[in-house]
Amino acid sequence: MAVDTKKCVGCSDCVVACQTENNVPIGYCRDWVVEVTNGTYPQLELEHRSERCNHCDNSPCVRCCPTGASHYEAGGIVTVTHNECIGCGACITSCPYDARYTHPEGYVDKCTFCLHRVEKGQQPACVSVCPTKCMYFGDLDDPNSDVSKVVKRRKYKTLIPEAGTKPQLFFLI
Amino acid sequence: MSASVDHFSPDKNKLNKIAEDILKPVGFSKSFMLWMGFLTMVFLICGYAYGIQLEKGLIVTGMRDFVSWGMYIANFVFFVAVSLVGMLISAVLGLIGYKWIKPIARIAEIVAVGFAMVAGLVIVVDMGRPDRVHHVFLYGRVQSPILWDVTVITTYMTISILLYFLPLIPDLAIAKGRMNNAPKWLVNLYEILSLKWNHSSKQFKILMKSMRILLILVVPTAFGIHTVTSWLFAATSRSGWDSTIFGPYFLTGAFVAGTAAVVILMFFYRNSFKLEKYLTDDHFDKMGKLLVLTALVYLYFNINEYLVPALKMKRVDALHLHALFAGHHAFLFWATQLGGLIIPMILMMFKPFRKPGVLTFLAVCVLIGAWFKRYIIVIPTMEHPNLPIQGVPEAFMVYSPTVIEVAVTLMTFVMSLMIITILSKVFPIIPIWEMAEEASHEGDAEASKTESLPAE
Repeated sequence: MAVDTKKCVGCSDCVVACQTENNVPIGYCRDWVVEVTNGTYPQLELEHRSERCNHCDNSPCVRCCPTGASHYEAGGIVTVTHNECIGCGACITSCPYDARYTHPEGYVDKCTFCLHRVEKGQQPACVSVCPTKCMYFGDLDDPNSDVSKVVKRRKYKTLIPEAGTKPQLFFLI
Repeated sequence: MSASVDHFSPDKNKLNKIAEDILKPVGFSKSFMLWMGFLTMVFLICGYAYGIQLEKGLIVTGMRDFVSWGMYIANFVFFVAVSLVGMLISAVLGLIGYKWIKPIARIAEIVAVGFAMVAGLVIVVDMGRPDRVHHVFLYGRVQSPILWDVTVITTYMTISILLYFLPLIPDLAIAKGRMNNAPKWLVNLYEILSLKWNHSSKQFKILMKSMRILLILVVPTAFGIHTVTSWLFAATSRSGWDSTIFGPYFLTGAFVAGTAAVVILMFFYRNSFKLEKYLTDDHFDKMGKLLVLTALVYLYFNINEYLVPALKMKRVDALHLHALFAGHHAFLFWATQLGGLIIPMILMMFKPFRKPGVLTFLAVCVLIGAWFKRYIIVIPTMEHPNLPIQGVPEAFMVYSPTVIEVAVTLMTFVMSLMIITILSKVFPIIPIWEMAEEASHEGDAEASKTESLPAE
């Protein structure tokens, strides 16, 4: 997925859509919006980022899971099998992005890129509701997908690349 | 525990005297019943708190989205740490050949068994779905540090129990004939557990050999148990945990905490079991020196751990270190470093502070400091993630334990105290045969010195 920080207005529609779609318990979220300001007025820069799990290629959370509940789905999406998770929290602490939380029912929960929608050929909930259409989702292996095209054309950054996790969430700058 | 002993031929009179002294406190006295009753009561109250947690989930704790490892994990690290002292005293000092550790070795093993057995339960308490703990064995993945931890803790616990039990066998054989006013079941228990021991030299040979193998095996296992525990943290890339010295840092800290725990127990046994003749001032003096040595090494690792990041002050490290040095964890940080480590260490360097009473007081300070030190390692790091926290409730950003968490933590302490109490009242606390051996085999001068000590 790619998120255009130049287009994002920080409305948090994606957060609400995700919470509704995935029945996220009140007080928790699988995606969230961050505002980062640099400089002081009048030399001021503001960046909005809609963040979520980076579905890393080299995920520390999958590596440290004792039961294999955290795993890669086909296509590289990182998900948690809820009824295998023992809730030890090792993945939560190993995630550099704090993308995971313990569900009140004891297991660990996180963004699935709305796998249940993607399997039906739909966009993830956050992408489909974005009023500025700032998010691009698709298969990075497919050169004709939205995300492949935009990543080829635009400059982008990833978050905490020094962690070596090979994040798959690109922020267009 | 020296391997040179291959037969048992102690001076009969000395053996009788030693056995009488050591077996006197064995058995269920009134004060034991009162203490166990008190522990059971606290256990039940705290067990009720755990019941609430089981019913409602971890939401009843102070752990939220960002701080998802709290007091329980700090407590787990503490339990693993304290249990390591069994290895330090009986294996490291024992294999080197120090004779003075003989009466202390069993106390150290009791601490090891009591704390290692509960450590496994402490981590279950922290799990969101304890009903699925068997998944670790069913679907276990060797890549996960959690699995290493489970494996190595069970191994260490087994070896510790064996190291406690094996030198106990000759004692049980000695004791079973001498327990005149003990309840019948206790004598029967001794009969069964003494495994037909008859002090033959063949049996001693086997015992010595297996002890030696176990003492060697326990060293890497014990190093493993705490190093792996530190890797649970060091394998993440969080500031404060992302450190290459975490293994030895935890290990040396564990020796400090464990030695302090043994000193406290020694003081208790010496006074309430009337064992002044076996746990002498000299033993406390030596344990005090051991505590100074371990504290010095730990201080060295502490300086490494905090000074190097403080010089670099990377962005997230700076937030974390500021919270520790001058922020809202500053009081706890300086209190544990100064009151729980540096000041007791400096005091213990002087002989008057290694007298039993004073040393025990300092050991209590060190042990309390050690617990809060674990708290300081776990919680501030969780409060400072790599990416900024925005727009979340206050409770998510700052961690404070709830009453339920405190109660459940108390429950784990009560459990290990129960194990320690039962072990020390059911079985002799000081190795009778080793003390008798010592008294008989030592030079005449030494032996007469032991004899001339005032009897009660």
